[in-house]
Amino acid sequence: MSLLHVAGLTKHFGGVVALDGVGFTVEAGEVVALIGPNGAGKSTCFNLINGQLAPDAGGISFDGASIVGIGPRRLFRMGIGRTFQIAAVFQSMTVVENVQMALLSANREIFRFLRGVPRRRRGEALALLDRVGLAGEADRAARTLAYGDLKRLELAVALANRPRLLLMDEPAAGMAPQERADLVSLTRRVVDADGTAVLFTEHSMDVVFAFADRILVLAEGRLIAQGAPEAVRADPLVQAHYLGTTTDTEDGP
Amino acid sequence: MSLEALLFQGLNGLAQASTLFMVAAGLSLVFGVTRIVNLAHGSFMMLGLYAAWTLATSLGGALGFWGGIVVAALGVGLLGAVLEVAILRRLYRAPELFQLLSTFAILLVLNDLALFLWGPEDLLGPRAPGLSGAVTILDRRFPSYDLFLIAAGPLVLLALHLVVTRSRFGRLIRAATEDREMVGALGVNQALLFTAVFALAAALAGLGGALQLPRQPATLTLDLEVIADAFVVTVVGGMGSLPGAFLAAILIAEIKALCIAIGQVSVFGVALNLSKFTLVAEFVVMAVVLIVRPYGLLGRPPVHVREGGEPEAPLRPAGTPARIAAVAVLACLAALPLAATGSPYTLVLATDILIAVLFAASLHFIMGPAGLHSFGHAAYFGLGAYATAIAVTRLGLPMGPAMLIAPTAGGAGAALFGWFSVRLSGVYLAMLTLAFAQIVWSILYQWEGLTGGSNGIFGAWPAAPFDSRAGFYLLALGVTVAGLLALRTALFSPFGYAMRAGRDSPLRAEAIGIGVFRVHWLAFILAGVFAGLAGALFAFAKGSVSPEIASIAESVDGLAMVLLGGVHSLLGPIVGASVFTWLSDTVSRTTDYWRAALGGIILLIVLVQPGGIMGGVGALGRHLRRARP
Repeated sequence: MSLLHVAGLTKHFGGVVALDGVGFTVEAGEVVALIGPNGAGKSTCFNLINGQLAPDAGGISFDGASIVGIGPRRLFRMGIGRTFQIAAVFQSMTVVENVQMALLSANREIFRFLRGVPRRRRGEALALLDRVGLAGEADRAARTLAYGDLKRLELAVALANRPRLLLMDEPAAGMAPQERADLVSLTRRVVDADGTAVLFTEHSMDVVFAFADRILVLAEGRLIAQGAPEAVRADPLVQAHYLGTTTDTEDGP
Repeated sequence: MSLEALLFQGLNGLAQASTLFMVAAGLSLVFGVTRIVNLAHGSFMMLGLYAAWTLATSLGGALGFWGGIVVAALGVGLLGAVLEVAILRRLYRAPELFQLLSTFAILLVLNDLALFLWGPEDLLGPRAPGLSGAVTILDRRFPSYDLFLIAAGPLVLLALHLVVTRSRFGRLIRAATEDREMVGALGVNQALLFTAVFALAAALAGLGGALQLPRQPATLTLDLEVIADAFVVTVVGGMGSLPGAFLAAILIAEIKALCIAIGQVSVFGVALNLSKFTLVAEFVVMAVVLIVRPYGLLGRPPVHVREGGEPEAPLRPAGTPARIAAVAVLACLAALPLAATGSPYTLVLATDILIAVLFAASLHFIMGPAGLHSFGHAAYFGLGAYATAIAVTRLGLPMGPAMLIAPTAGGAGAALFGWFSVRLSGVYLAMLTLAFAQIVWSILYQWEGLTGGSNGIFGAWPAAPFDSRAGFYLLALGVTVAGLLALRTALFSPFGYAMRAGRDSPLRAEAIGIGVFRVHWLAFILAGVFAGLAGALFAFAKGSVSPEIASIAESVDGLAMVLLGGVHSLLGPIVGASVFTWLSDTVSRTTDYWRAALGGIILLIVLVQPGGIMGGVGALGRHLRRARP
């Protein structure tokens, strides 16, 4: 059984069909990229899976259970983590406290009113920070981190619940090429070690081809191709629809 | 009652709706273009009425009356322009909370200005020359001036509509309402546009006030009454929508008129005098609209407004020196009754300060860490105080149980109102909490059988050993310190961190499984519990309660205390409440114009030291450390 199973996913906005019967699977431990030109339906598809939108038709199941209409809090409990296009962290806390909050929530310790956060699960949080190379910054205010480090912090936060599937919305957006490569190799190392599956959208082709085991290509709301990076790169339909026709080639292969 | 009588009251309502619309339209325009909610807008209406009175009575005749109305409106417009240039212009990039507080400070200053210029007496203007008669409608005499007013509302709407849709000025207003940055980028003189819009809005309010000259006397309470009505109208109609304001003005004025017309009704055998519930009625309408359509009848969701201001630094547990200092201060406070044997007033003031500290700390709890800017926190203070007073005087409960009822009442009120309010943010949260507080105030004011109406309740005195000044002071000290420690412990606990998580990034908080609504709702309830406890102390300290303790002014005092101390400091509310209470006690004993002084203090904080006292102390500390070689 696939970890994530998407079938016949359809979504209209007014008269516009944003997504038209899209179906695919993500297997346990697999890293899958969802790409397509602007307006292809990537974001819609992503937001349907992470519960921000509700589909008009079709099903999404995670580990055999339907997750249609389930909000982000339940998804987190089921083992689906996520990172945002613009890194979202708690600005008024230190780096390590950000991770502690995720750990406290994962262990259902949010509604505790006595012992202070600084003395809860700090060791575990530091271990997670160590994995993303931020142990040295643990007690800095999160709002003073460089953007690349914010993305690493977000990754540590997303991993705190040991998710089986990680949804990453344009993980490399807004980063310089070297930072981007570092983040991708770091993410790949960490998810491989945990056996975490990843579904991500991305505009930068260098990230897509360096990071993904498999690529799904959307165009005009339909899935036009999927497969290993080399096969997708060579697919004539993809070339016609995507690589040849968009202006979005500044990061092209 | 007959259908004719009902229709007649409906006409009365329409006459009232015109002024309401003119005031609300200005409020709405200013909000649309500058994103500032101008709490001083009602003051423009009040000043317009006063100015028209002066002109009509000193010049006399048709020229004095009709010319006076026009001149009053223009004069108020000019005053608006001056205020925009002098004060508001500095606030466009400030956090919403500071904008609201500054405009409230302007309201206080303008109120004392009117007191200085016109004195405390009500002033009723002459009848309108040429329109002093009445016409017969539905077999009743209806003042012809009121018919003129009914026509004036739609005429002003039409004129505004033409200006907004046909002129270049109007196009700029619309563009600025849609996208402020864009207008700036297009090279439009934004400063001039904002000043012009503000002057126009002030002139409209002044006109609305001046037109009321033959109908209602000029009084010093008009500013708050009118701003409350105008808010309800703009929020119900949708902030920034002129037709919405017109629609809502008619709706609200008609509902008020109908409440008066229907009068006594019987619900489940209980006689209710509806005419007493006009105030509650409009706030109930607003609460219902905000719950069903959070952005008003014709409003649209606001574009994301960036919250400015200094971001908060991470919490640090107190070190050993700070703990020693805290214990030392506490020891001094506990010894105060010994030191103050010669001046009994010292203990009275100190008790007032302790109560204010607990109240301010409970407000800071949701304002700072949860980012919930409640403009109606006095409601929970009032509920606690009244619950205690009623328990003691009506139910004959002893002091201990009576004090425990207060936090329960405060918490229950906060649970009910918070459930609706916590979902909203920014201006809408501020307005809904304000509306709920006004409902509480009206109930306290108008349910005479239980609350004693405007007189309140007397005779809630503490029992031995707390019936001496020193005894009660020590009780207040114990309760306040215990409350502060409880709130502080909660802020360092996972729950307190979750409150800040929900404020910093609701998206991230939900994505790691934190239910932001649940956390913030519970925070709101806890704040209500501690405000209620402060209310209980207040009831016993004074021996009496009256509706003023749940008023807008009381809520704003709380906000001023928190901001004066510094919203991003745990010591802020303690320092702020102490300084504020001491200062307003000193000022109110030396001058009649303490409102203006308070307004001046608020403006000073916001314009000069937005981090409050503790923000300033922190900056000073950093500066000294850096300066050290």
